[in-house]
Amino acid sequence: MQKAFTKEEYNKYVETKSPKSKILRNIIRAFVVGGLICVIGQLISNLLAARGFSKEFTSSLTSLILIFVGALFTGLNVYDELGRYAGAGSIVPITGFANSIVSPAMEFKSEGYVTGVGAKMFVIAGPVIVYGTSASVIAGILYYLLRF
Amino acid sequence: MQGTLSMYLSAFIVGGVICAIGQILIDKTKLTTARILVLFVTAGAILTAIGVYQKIVDIGGAGATVPLTGFGYTLAKGAFRDVDQYGLLGAFTGGLKAAAAGITAAIFFGYLISVAFAPKAKR
Amino acid sequence: MATKSNGKQTVKLQNPPSIVSTASIVGPKEGQGPLRLYFDNIIDDEMWGEKSWERAESKLMRETFAKILDKAGKTSGDINYIIAGDLLNQCIAATFGLRESGIPFFGVYGACSTMAESASLGAMLIDGGFADNVVCMTSSHFCSAEKQFRFPLELGSQRTSTAQWTVTGSGGVLLSNQGTGPYITYVTTGKIIDFGIKDANNMGAAMAPAAADTILTHFKDTGIAPQSYDLIVTGDLGYVGKSICEELLKENGYDIKDRYNDCGVMIFDREKQDAHAGGSGCGCSAATLAGFIYQELQKGCLNNVLFVATGALLSTTSSQQGESIPCIAHAITIQRSL
Repeated sequence: MQKAFTKEEYNKYVETKSPKSKILRNIIRAFVVGGLICVIGQLISNLLAARGFSKEFTSSLTSLILIFVGALFTGLNVYDELGRYAGAGSIVPITGFANSIVSPAMEFKSEGYVTGVGAKMFVIAGPVIVYGTSASVIAGILYYLLRF
Repeated sequence: MQGTLSMYLSAFIVGGVICAIGQILIDKTKLTTARILVLFVTAGAILTAIGVYQKIVDIGGAGATVPLTGFGYTLAKGAFRDVDQYGLLGAFTGGLKAAAAGITAAIFFGYLISVAFAPKAKR
Repeated sequence: MATKSNGKQTVKLQNPPSIVSTASIVGPKEGQGPLRLYFDNIIDDEMWGEKSWERAESKLMRETFAKILDKAGKTSGDINYIIAGDLLNQCIAATFGLRESGIPFFGVYGACSTMAESASLGAMLIDGGFADNVVCMTSSHFCSAEKQFRFPLELGSQRTSTAQWTVTGSGGVLLSNQGTGPYITYVTTGKIIDFGIKDANNMGAAMAPAAADTILTHFKDTGIAPQSYDLIVTGDLGYVGKSICEELLKENGYDIKDRYNDCGVMIFDREKQDAHAGGSGCGCSAATLAGFIYQELQKGCLNNVLFVATGALLSTTSSQQGESIPCIAHAITIQRSL
């Protein structure tokens, strides 16, 4: 072409031509849906605490229930619809973590139960566990060193 | 209904704000889901280590523990607890121990559900 | 000396092959779109009775091929070559779908430009006297493409506003040295062009410069004025890419706005169908060519069409490594009569 764009110029030009995501609308949706999921978590946790369970048990069981619900809704083909609406509002809560495990596992079932379901389950959750666990080890070591 | 209204309100607001931060990151930086989740879990552990996240949990309750940052908080707090108990080794045992229920549930339920259901095309 | 070449990147076919039949099969979403009446078959379920998306896409290819032959009244013995490709790794939709055809096969990869690429090669084979009948075809499938290139279907992620929707569909043409048109008269082969776009969710913007370059080169090589075309149609630039391509051409002195369209824009209804920046995928331009464009040419509503299929030559590996997206566009001129 005659007009020579540099790559930077073209990228800038494309930026102006591309429709913007409706950021404010997306943030409000994420806020409301994310907030509601947390309220549900609070409700479950309060109900369990009222039954006299220990704090630790309550918090574990709450995550367990939320994870189950997130996984189930993924299986029922509704979590992706929620995600389409809420974005980070349904990605960031622990239910989104369950969704990130179930969705690739379901999709790769056609590649078998070991290399399909078993392996692909962790394409997103794997890194989360790797970085989360490693960060906790580092935090623990720092805590150990600073304690004395 | 258990708990006070203000408890639910603060869970809603704190949880909502954490998710809204995630949404800003998605829209502004085009981060993928995997990166968002990794970022949040790591941020949760770091904020716990510097003593900030405990305060957020005290205010927000489930609003702070349900988002993935809460997962990082659980991991880091578990590491601290075991460090208190077993010394340096605790840094290696505490995290996963505290998060064991969550991770195991995610793997087990995840497996069951993926075997039982099939993905559906979007339209 | 290449006697049939006509400028830097263009070939003028001296014995222009006819498009004697076409066929297209699309998915349910495409079947609700504005072009629905032009398709031969609309499947009501993306799995189409198969056990995987990939098998379903192969079936699209197989059934489209059968339909092309059927509509032309030919048998597989009449066909000298098939030229086909698709988006899946190692082009398994084409090879698995056509493995029972028993016809010499050229597998091509041009990403979403495959329809124009295969038709270019098929037309040259016939013009060169190497074949009488060649089938050129391609396919894409929303689910198999999402699975390979993007995210699992059930993952709760949001599509960005510039993201395009991969068309579930297959389309193809039968080219022959016998026939009464429409004819393929010029072939302009694109160069690989990379303007540094890295966002795989903005494929239209990445491909627009390639499309503009090929169209521009076509005009220069052939000396044909844009006004002699009733329709200049790009493959799958979508809304974003289409407007960029239009502007790039305008800056170079060619205002084609009144006769320019894009298959990715045409295939879905922007208001009613949630397809964001428009359709994409090999099947997008292929089904539009085999359906809308061919039928309108036959009816005489179109006489002269420049069909420019566009492809983004990225892979999941290159995306993860943060590479920019090289793109390509191939053009063919289709004339109702000579």
